[in-house]
Order: sequence, then C-alpha cells, then structure tokens
Amino acid sequence: MDEQETLRVSKIKNGTVIDHIPAGRALAVLRLLGITGSEGHVVTVTMNVRSGKLGRKDLVKVEDLELVTEQVNKLTLIAPTATINIIRNYEVVEKRAVKLPDRIVGILRCTNPGCITRQPMEHVNSKFVVVSKSPLRLECEYCGRYLEEEEVLKQLTQ
Amino acid sequence: MWKFRDVISILDYTRDELEHLFSVTDVILERSLDVGKPLDGKIVATAFIEPSTRTRLSFETAAKRLGAEVINLEPHLSSMAKGESLTDTLRMLDDYANLIVIRSPYEGSAKHAADVCEHPVINGGDGTQHHPTQAMIDLYTIRKLKGRIDGLEVGVLGDLKYGRAAASFIYGLTKFNVKRIWLISPEPLSPRPELMDRLKRMNVDFVKTENLEEAVEDLDILYVTRIQKERFPDPAEYEKLRGSYVITKKLLSRASEDLKVLHPLPRVDELSNDVDDTPYQAYFIQAKLGVPVRMALIGLVLGVF
Repeated sequence: MDEQETLRVSKIKNGTVIDHIPAGRALAVLRLLGITGSEGHVVTVTMNVRSGKLGRKDLVKVEDLELVTEQVNKLTLIAPTATINIIRNYEVVEKRAVKLPDRIVGILRCTNPGCITRQPMEHVNSKFVVVSKSPLRLECEYCGRYLEEEEVLKQLTQ
Repeated sequence: MWKFRDVISILDYTRDELEHLFSVTDVILERSLDVGKPLDGKIVATAFIEPSTRTRLSFETAAKRLGAEVINLEPHLSSMAKGESLTDTLRMLDDYANLIVIRSPYEGSAKHAADVCEHPVINGGDGTQHHPTQAMIDLYTIRKLKGRIDGLEVGVLGDLKYGRAAASFIYGLTKFNVKRIWLISPEPLSPRPELMDRLKRMNVDFVKTENLEEAVEDLDILYVTRIQKERFPDPAEYEKLRGSYVITKKLLSRASEDLKVLHPLPRVDELSNDVDDTPYQAYFIQAKLGVPVRMALIGLVLGVF
C-alpha cells in the first residue's frame, strides 16, 4: 500500500473496520448494516483500493460503534470475504470472521409474487434457510422458492 | 407424533407416521365410518379463501362424523370482503375453534397460519406446492388398491409446475420406495427446480418426459392432473397448453391391465369420461376415500385416536 493509500485507510481510535469487501459493495454493506449516517458515527468509505488478496477491495470504518455478531453475519450475503476488526484505543482487540447464518430473516424479498410474505396486508417477514453457501442459494421458508446468489446481490446492491 | 401438530407439508411426515394414519383409516373403513362421536363438544373451522368442493366438504363431513361442530368462513360474506387481513381473520378463528383447516391462494399461508394460531392448523392447499391431505388420500388409495406403494412405477401427468396436488403427491411418493416416477408434462409445465433438486437429493429414480406414450406401457399408476388455469400469469399461455394430453380408453388399451388412473379432481378435458367405466378408473374411489382419511387425520391431530 503506498503512502497515499495509507492516508486513506488511516487508523481509527475506537470502532469497527470492515476490510476486504468485494470492490463496489461498500455502500451495500452500509445499507445492509442499517447505517445511514444519521446515527452520528464518523463513517469512512473507501472504494476500489488495491488489495493483494482481491485485486481491488472496499473498506468501511465506523467510529465508536462495535458491530454485534448478528450484524457481522449478515454481511456474508454480499461480502463473504470481509474481515471485521474491532478497534479500541487504536489497537485491534478482536478479529471476527463472517459466518453465514442458517436463516436469513427480514432482509431479502421472496421472488414469488404469490408468497404470503409478498402480501402487503399480511405483514409477514420473509424467512430463508440456506440451502447452499457457494454458490449462495436460499430457500423461502414459506413458499419453498429458491433465491439465487445473483438475485440476493441484486436486491442488496441496488 | 400426530397430536396437536400442524399439518403443513407431506414432507414433514415420516413413512411410519403415514403408515399409522393409514392403519387408523383402515379401522374407520372397517367400521363403515361409524366410530362414535369422539369430538363431541369440539369445533372445527374451515377457512377456504379459494374455491373447493371435495376438500372443504370432505373435511366438513369428516369432522361431523366424528361429532364435531363445523364453522365455515365465507370470505365473500366476511370482513375479508371489507379488506380484513388473513392474519387477523385467523387470530379470530383461533379464538373460536379447536382446529383450523385453511386453503389460500398465497403460498405459505398454512405455515403462517400455524405461526399465528395456537390451535392446530391443517393445510387444505396453499399455492402451487402443498396439498398434504390430498397426497395422504392419494397414497392411501394406491395402498388400498395395490396392496403396496413400494416397487410401483408411477406416472404423474399434466401441470407439474403449478399443480399443488401433483407436487404434494410426488413429495409423498418420496417417503416410499417406488420403483420409478415418470414426470410427464409439456416443457412449460415441467416441475420447478426446487422439486427436481429434492428428488435428486433423495436419490429417487425419476424420468422427465413430454411423451406419455413412452411411459404408458410400464406404469402401475397414472396420476392425471388438470392444467391450473387460475395460476397462469398469461391466459394466452394457458390456451396454448390446454388439451396437451387427453387420457382416453383407447390410449389406455396399451397400458397394463392392472393400471390404475388417479386424479385429484376436478377434471376439465384431460381425462375422458369414457375411462369412467373401465377397470382403470380409480379417481372416484380416491375421492370417496377423502372422508375416512380426513377423519383419521382430524382424530389423530386432536388426540382422540
């Protein structure tokens, strides 16, 4: 990493650094975590920096916020390569690997318009079980319809 | 293993559990449906948001034969017509009844109903994949007529994409050791990838074909289904596929003498009336068995058998 890039990814005092996000997905990561900016945290988004592992990667730093495991696990849907560093007083005190949960509740939309979760009057949260991790394939717990990786990415990145 | 359990999908049941249901049904039939009134004082609610003849009436008959009272939700005469949600309607039925039978066009409604209701819920058909009680009747009919389900060669014909009776029947067959399943349909109505994947995962021997004639000579059972007009997004597409197959007495002359033809009914034009008087006909027997199988099911779920 050159000096210019080092400046871009300078250390934070306290908070969370999400590293090794596939290039171009940093904003989707923030959306998935429900971070809008209105919470008052200092948020730094760095996109398309060079990475030995990924070629290009994105990086997100959220100051004074430590992500909880459930939030971290959701990231697997769009950033399976991500690493999460919890920072306290400029030091990495914890590294968390993302792990795909067995069930995904309420984040994604079933593609079946006839599914009970798609009926606005009924207010039923979507629920998916993970059928396959790579490639990602989810199954709606209500109607059984598959949700493929491509559709998951489409829903979470658009 | 049955008591107070929601009946959502045939996939939730083991072979042993299904065999137990069949044994109870045998006893009910031996007693000519007269098993006393074990559900005296109980109330069964039916909530059919989609049209039904056999399923609703056979559930109602089964419940009454067991001594229960039956209340029916009439969607067009209820507050659903004013826009009340299915969820709120179910909460109310749960306060009134000991058991709720639901049919809805929305896929997953029965599972949702089971989440909302404290009393057991039976799926009377939702969407395009699940009609577990029909599959129980279908399997029982085969067992009764053939003496077994294992080792049979079974063809499932028609709308395998939108037809929930077909999908549930196929799922039900996976609980037994059938010799082979023939999935016979025009390509646009071939089974969903979810169903095909499940068959592969379960190592079921199946053949997918558009050609009924290729299969007919080998079959022990032919399960015919209607093309589901009401589930086609495009009516023109339905018109194109309508009449893709018509089962006639002449076509069946090439089949084994012991072939039995099942159909969950209603039929439209896929099954000719000239089959009705042949030894192949098993669909009226199948419809008749709806009551005793559903008696056994209701009794098991409410814990009186």
